[in-house]
Amino acid sequence: MSADAPASSSAKWVGRSIRRLEDRALVHGQGQFTADLPADLNVRFVRSPIASGRLKHITLPDDACGLVAGDLVDIKRIKPMLHRPDYVAVEQTLLADGVVRYVGEPIAAIIAKTAAEAEDQVESTFADIEETVPVVSIADALAANAPRVHDWTQHNILVEGRVDTGGATDGGVDAAFAAAAHIVELDIISRRQNAMPLEPRGAHAAYDKRTGRITLTCSTQSPHVMRTAIADLLGMAEADLRVVAPDVGGGFGQKMMLPPEYALVVHVCRTLQRSVAWIEDRRENLIASFHARDMRVKLRAAFSADAKLIALDADIASNVGAYSGFPITCGVEALMGMAELPGPYDVQHYRCVSRGVATNTCPMAPYRGVSRPVITFTMERLMDTAAARFGIEPTDIRRRNLIDRFPYTTATGLTLDDATYREVMEIAVRELPLPAMRERQQQLRREGRYLGIGFSTFCERTGYGTPAFAARGMESTPGYEIVDIAMDPSGNVTARIGAFPHGQGLKTTLAQIIADEVGVAPSQVTVIAGDTDQTPYGWGTFASRSLVISGGACLVGARKLRAKLIRIAAHLMKVSPDDVVLEPGLAKARSTNQSIPIPELARTAYHKAHLLYGVADAGLSEQGFYDPPGTFSNACHVAVVEVDIETGGVKVERFVVVEDAGRLINPMIVDGQIHGGVAQGIANALLEEIVYDSQGNILTATLADFLPPTMSEIPRFELHHIETYSDATITQAKGVGEGGAIGAPAAVVNAICDALSPFGVTFNEMPVTPQRIRAALRRRSG
Amino acid sequence: MKPAPFHYHAPATIAEAVTTLARHSVDAKVLAGGQSLVPVMAFRLARPGQIIDINGIAELDYIRTENGKLHIGALARHAAFHQPVEPGPLGRLLATVVQSIAHLPIRTRGTFCGSLAHADASSEWCATAATLDAEIVLVSARGRRVVTASDYFKGFLVTDRADDELIVEVLLPLLAPGIRFGFEEFSRRAGDYALGLCLAVLRLDTSGMVEEARIGVGGAEPFARRIPQAEAALLGQRFDKEYRRDLVRAMTRRALEKCLA
Repeated sequence: MSADAPASSSAKWVGRSIRRLEDRALVHGQGQFTADLPADLNVRFVRSPIASGRLKHITLPDDACGLVAGDLVDIKRIKPMLHRPDYVAVEQTLLADGVVRYVGEPIAAIIAKTAAEAEDQVESTFADIEETVPVVSIADALAANAPRVHDWTQHNILVEGRVDTGGATDGGVDAAFAAAAHIVELDIISRRQNAMPLEPRGAHAAYDKRTGRITLTCSTQSPHVMRTAIADLLGMAEADLRVVAPDVGGGFGQKMMLPPEYALVVHVCRTLQRSVAWIEDRRENLIASFHARDMRVKLRAAFSADAKLIALDADIASNVGAYSGFPITCGVEALMGMAELPGPYDVQHYRCVSRGVATNTCPMAPYRGVSRPVITFTMERLMDTAAARFGIEPTDIRRRNLIDRFPYTTATGLTLDDATYREVMEIAVRELPLPAMRERQQQLRREGRYLGIGFSTFCERTGYGTPAFAARGMESTPGYEIVDIAMDPSGNVTARIGAFPHGQGLKTTLAQIIADEVGVAPSQVTVIAGDTDQTPYGWGTFASRSLVISGGACLVGARKLRAKLIRIAAHLMKVSPDDVVLEPGLAKARSTNQSIPIPELARTAYHKAHLLYGVADAGLSEQGFYDPPGTFSNACHVAVVEVDIETGGVKVERFVVVEDAGRLINPMIVDGQIHGGVAQGIANALLEEIVYDSQGNILTATLADFLPPTMSEIPRFELHHIETYSDATITQAKGVGEGGAIGAPAAVVNAICDALSPFGVTFNEMPVTPQRIRAALRRRSG
Repeated sequence: MKPAPFHYHAPATIAEAVTTLARHSVDAKVLAGGQSLVPVMAFRLARPGQIIDINGIAELDYIRTENGKLHIGALARHAAFHQPVEPGPLGRLLATVVQSIAHLPIRTRGTFCGSLAHADASSEWCATAATLDAEIVLVSARGRRVVTASDYFKGFLVTDRADDELIVEVLLPLLAPGIRFGFEEFSRRAGDYALGLCLAVLRLDTSGMVEEARIGVGGAEPFARRIPQAEAALLGQRFDKEYRRDLVRAMTRRALEKCLA
């Protein structure tokens, strides 16, 4: 029996690890990427070599075709909005206008026949910039009298959220701290990263002289959002702009934001009426795409004598770089961090101030997990630090604090749906098994080897609709998805979706959901995505949303289609619709045992519509819409590492994940999502770090300095699943795209701290590099 | 990440190559494997006006043993050392060290002599050359000369090679049967530049006494070199793994301290 065929006529496609429908083209080298398109002209950007300064004059080479800010006065500024009193709405021009605010900021665009010629002219361009004092770190930017990144603002805080659960009856957070048996304080730092998709960004715009329309082909996660944003900026009718996202080599959040470069490429194409491309190179991507993380959390936590967490008091700061990105704004990290910090732990006294701080550094995009890798790191370091203080096992303190009754309303008002926060950890403890690992740890220590076991338990908010984004005060509230689903006269199905899969295998999983409803095989379902001319409006793929929301919309649409097929079949077989069941390939009347093949029903719906007068409209097209409240998946990650105390080297020996993502539509694809996320999480913990000097120069501008992991650094993963069917989503599936990256950093760092516990060395900063390990050990040994 | 404009030369003989090199001297760069040169050109950190591509010079493509020495021609790729190039300890030593050089695609292009021409402080082959007292054979329009490794490496990316000279081959002494070696390298990820590396080569007499010791360290100073104090301390000692490890650690630390002093 092939894995791609149903096990029996009654077997469902959902729940089976069928092969990905997307992969055949990709593994045969038939993928089509933005950079594959030929262009008449190529754009390269002159980028600021200075972090902060007044841009006095730009001298382009004599023979160059170039643009500077003064040429773009008719183009609107990018101005992402949050409707909150604490939000300072800064604006960004496509090319720096009089002021440069980070190294890498585009200040001029050169257009030439080839990218190489354009680069020669970029090098011959002279920018006269009068340097001013930059602010690079959060501390620089918050200092009294700090220079302001945008001089008209009062300070560098662009967004500030506050929460305090108060306490009319019990004195609130302060009273809880006063009553605490132990207070634990932590300063957490997660340094800056780049999501580093395999394919850097790129845009290609082509002009259709026949219609005057422009087709922008670009590497993005959100084609419809790009269309609206760029049409707005350039004053175009949205109907005149088609955005196509072809195959995209990874996004991870970096490609959900609007790059000013894309709008400029469309502008050049519109002006010159010729095809124009900009293909970002790796160096530009490392310096000037969008960066990620760069957060600090100062945390105080109150525990009762029995190691129960009773209150949290947090100060979160996120370095947002020089501008606020569209559509998600610079508030995303700070506000999500504030809302979700308590995570899977039962605590109702909570105070938090959370700020997004502007600096003279590259702007930020959310990166797989957004602020949750950092807040999970914070809470998991807290649990291990407190466990050490109480002298109990890290698993014990989690047992005393993990939420185990659902639904649970968090201190910030989020509803946690049915889940298994404790169960996943208990399974991990059994699978290790923990007592045997502790024994091995002791034995190795006697040999002078340092093994550590690190736990991380977390919940992941996924698949949330418009209300969640509205609660943040966002002007644009992504959330819903629409799916147009149609069966053609041959009985095959096409689903046009607004989400945009770019590697997640969504075309396969959606096909599985649809196939079960309408009696076809997944190979008969074509999912069309990534072309604004061919798909209903949608928000693209990010935030672990697409399987839940687009999958939900597919289920809604497929159920409507199923109902229509049943109505037609019932009419043709002269039985009641209640009597008709759809089975793979046919509609059957239970009472008479008559059946009609589905292709015959489909042909009838289009070609013999006269038979259906008064019963059904001709054709088989339906629309599904879904805008869910959101659901929380959860997991426990365990890292087992060995630390070489002489070199500071860390080897990840084992990595165990026990995940509850609700109903698994395709378990193999879920495993793949976890593999990739954990690999990025391990890199977060050990390797990746963007470093600026005090003048805002970036010191990690090549892949010799910024270190994504290779296969050699990633262990074999041990994955286990349990499935809790929550009614928060109609497919009962929960999102799982980010969890790997959220849980892994804390597990790895907790394991390093556990390994080095004989030396009393701990780390509350990521990445934990060999240099930092050796420095800490040197300090300990005097 | 496109290189600045340059003129391209593809000589067919050594004589033609060194004539072109003499004509352009400081403005010229020799392209062999290109694994260091091409990236720095792409970043425009290097902008030679003339590229002399020696890949078409068939007479430079060899590895052979002659008169007790291994001769490594300028076009011998790293990957050629994956299997021992000669049956003695040297072949095994080179096959061990090569495993730490970057990744397979890089090893199929990069060359042994090119590594010595570039002279990165962390280069595995430079440390090997220093440890084994390699002889570097330089040819120019002016003639031919041979420089030993201890005179060849001068500083970070600086060597005794003049701008008009081409490394045509490097000679390594064959190691007598029974000679032992150990190689250690630490890098952030598999295949990365070493943060530190050490190659130790010992000859023991029948009673286990150290008769000859060579210890070369890379990554710690501007260029790889032998650590004579460590070697001297080992001579006449009974071979002792624990002691050797302590010693190398101490010597490496001292070398680093000197480097930062």
